[in-house]
Amino acid sequence: MSEKELAIITVMGKDRPGLVAGISRVLAEHGVNIEDISQTILQDMFSMILIVDLSASTVSFEALQEALAREGNALGVKVLMQHKKIFDFMHRI
Amino acid sequence: MIYSKEEILETIRMISLENLDIRTVTLGISLLDCIDPDPSQMTLKVREKIQRTAGLLVPSARHLERKYGIPIVNLRISLTPLSAIMAAPLARMGREEALSFCVRFADQLDQISQEMEIDLMGGYSALVHAGLTQADEILIHSLPAVLSSTSRLCASLQVATTASGINMDAVRIMGEIIKETSERTSMGSGCARLVVLCNAPENIPFMAGAFHGFGNPETAINIGISGPGVVKSALESKGDLALHELAEEIKKRAFKITRMGELIGKEMAEAIGSRLGAVDLSLAPTFKVGDSVAEILEAMGIERVGAPGSTAALALLTNAVKMGGAMATSAVGGYSGAFIPVSEDLGMVAAASSGALSLEKLEAMTSVCSVGLDMVAIPGDTPAETISGLIADEMAIGVMNNKATGARLIPVPGAKAGERVEFGGLFGSAVVMSVSSFSPQKFIRRGGTFPPAIHSIRN
Repeated sequence: MSEKELAIITVMGKDRPGLVAGISRVLAEHGVNIEDISQTILQDMFSMILIVDLSASTVSFEALQEALAREGNALGVKVLMQHKKIFDFMHRI
Repeated sequence: MIYSKEEILETIRMISLENLDIRTVTLGISLLDCIDPDPSQMTLKVREKIQRTAGLLVPSARHLERKYGIPIVNLRISLTPLSAIMAAPLARMGREEALSFCVRFADQLDQISQEMEIDLMGGYSALVHAGLTQADEILIHSLPAVLSSTSRLCASLQVATTASGINMDAVRIMGEIIKETSERTSMGSGCARLVVLCNAPENIPFMAGAFHGFGNPETAINIGISGPGVVKSALESKGDLALHELAEEIKKRAFKITRMGELIGKEMAEAIGSRLGAVDLSLAPTFKVGDSVAEILEAMGIERVGAPGSTAALALLTNAVKMGGAMATSAVGGYSGAFIPVSEDLGMVAAASSGALSLEKLEAMTSVCSVGLDMVAIPGDTPAETISGLIADEMAIGVMNNKATGARLIPVPGAKAGERVEFGGLFGSAVVMSVSSFSPQKFIRRGGTFPPAIHSIRN
């Protein structure tokens, strides 16, 4: 079992049907496993945070970012993916 | 979840709304192995060394931006002070030949920067705090021609240290050189790439003062961070806090900002086979709303920067930034204070144009932050001795307070106090500040040395 390589995906925008399915599909297509997921809807504004494992990803970090951004555009939401380490550095001593 | 939703959204908000970014990744490169008495050989060796050691700088930075979702605004290179590298070939030339070689060599460096997409290159420098070598003297006199011929090369001159005092002959010459440089460049903008320094750290990531000091390894990555907006929004969101509570908020934010510098610095060093030299804790402003050090002081309750209380507010800020930042990195270095340039910071420009901030108040404020009189536009008819007087005052603050200070003064030809000038790009725009018409001429013309500070004798 290879070591996990975690990244955080943040999806923000207006809620609509198919958001979770769309993002999940892109991840599944590229061999990316969802480790944890949390979502909130506040006054129609949707925010979803996914923790994903990239260790079995079939594409590069940049290529996955682009695939997610394309899906985000189609769904009308903003999708960010950042390597986990930035949150470790900022929020953990 | 391994992080709370609030933590994740806080990071994203800092980057997307509060202008948190890595202001600069600066690769220091030693050129000591490029010394050669043959000028063509030396130039070739320098070109080869920079291309070899910095080849991965731009692609690695672009990759890290994507990986972490944080912008890296500038990529720079700092070199061994070039008067030392050029000394051998210059010693074999007549004066005119030496001066023209300096310009040709500087043009080469500028060209390398452009080819490699490096924003600015620092190190056209000399350390002359205790006196000038022949090469230093040539380098200084080449500055007006070099700065008018190049666009990315930055020059610095250390004329003072606490331990050696101030080289007042160099201060006098620099008044003339700054004036001549301003007359040879559009709006005096060449002077934006020229700084006179006291107690210069050898691992500064910021320009124009960056050079790769003699005590450094072959290469080192130095990081400058930017985050005035992050600190300002923390203060605004907290309402009426007492000052020690304000300081606590600043410390917390400074810690988080600096951690970003530490992360990117370590990863950059690994990616290009270098090592992390320094993370500069300074909050560096950029020329946009919400990314201003002046706005932080105003959020603290100073109506306009320059009002009474400004020095105290700035001291509180700088002190708290150091407290939070020092814990966040294993490699504190550079200036590590706060920048208050009067061109690259919208709040500072507004304070100067509204008359709230005078040159004299600015000078007082520089005793409790970093860098000194930075990007200060002054009337074009300011006499050279008066410019030297301004430099001498700033150097004295550095010498007597055992701290780094600098003077980056821009006499704008034809401009009068109160006029607005545009330098463009990173250098922003500035308001020409009024300079006292009383002269230090006799004092400056005495020349000689300002003796070392008494508190430097510690052994």
